[in-house]
Amino acid sequence: MQPPAELVHWMFATGFVVLGLCLLAEGIVGPEVWRVRAWRAYLWPGLVFAMGVLMWPVMVFFTNSTIHMVAHSSWAQVLMLAGGAELGLVRGKLHSPYWRLTMPFALLVSGTAFLVHEQNSWFFARSAFLHHVIGWTLIVSAIFPLVSFIRPRSAIWRSGFALTVILLAVLLYCDRDVAPIFGHLSPLAGEPHR
Amino acid sequence: MSTQVLSEKTAVRRRSARTWAITALGPATMLAGVVWAFVQPWRITLLHSTGQGFWWLFVEPPLLVVLAGIVFAVLVAPGVIEDLEAYEDDR
Repeated sequence: MQPPAELVHWMFATGFVVLGLCLLAEGIVGPEVWRVRAWRAYLWPGLVFAMGVLMWPVMVFFTNSTIHMVAHSSWAQVLMLAGGAELGLVRGKLHSPYWRLTMPFALLVSGTAFLVHEQNSWFFARSAFLHHVIGWTLIVSAIFPLVSFIRPRSAIWRSGFALTVILLAVLLYCDRDVAPIFGHLSPLAGEPHR
Repeated sequence: MSTQVLSEKTAVRRRSARTWAITALGPATMLAGVVWAFVQPWRITLLHSTGQGFWWLFVEPPLLVVLAGIVFAVLVAPGVIEDLEAYEDDR
């Protein structure tokens, strides 16, 4: 009854599409309009937190190595930390704006976890390639929430972060099981299918 | 006369670029999912469902993208547009 691993990636990708659309909408209209309705202010931080919670079962049920378990648990922790910090700020329980730095921190940790737990080279198989691309994308894109923290009224940096989240969704949708990337597939990777 | 012109202008509200952008986000996402379905029809397992298990029939990536667009267009965008227009009227 357990779904194949790539299907879990696709379900999380869908969550990231919704998250990216919400962030993009907030970037377009600005926080003052986005937060007119209270439920909307909680929407994307709540989604980030929920995805962090849902990452724990992934960590438990898809543990094919210790380093995978550590990577998945680190994603769960930083998603919950970033989502929880934003929820605390929206609710007024947290006051220091420095809590917003949890988002670039989450991206840095997530990207590093992607790179560290991928033991194969870029062209070993599709999943290896995607792990490298996603890892570097997350690390580089940490600049968006970081600059948004320094210049909170800049729509460009907010929108850049939103587009990064949508790019992450696209990359997760690209994930399939053993499949070549750009025609390359290591003979050690297994039989290509789907 | 001028009052009439003013009221006509108010009646025919010009939607701002930001309003159009928010309006377009959901349909654009849905369109992306539909285009993807045509480009990679094998990603929709329902089209060749024989012998497929529950998860392969339940999780259809292009349809999930369409669903995400519908959720945003129906549940989020209308309220954002309403609040944006009210905000722009107040300015």
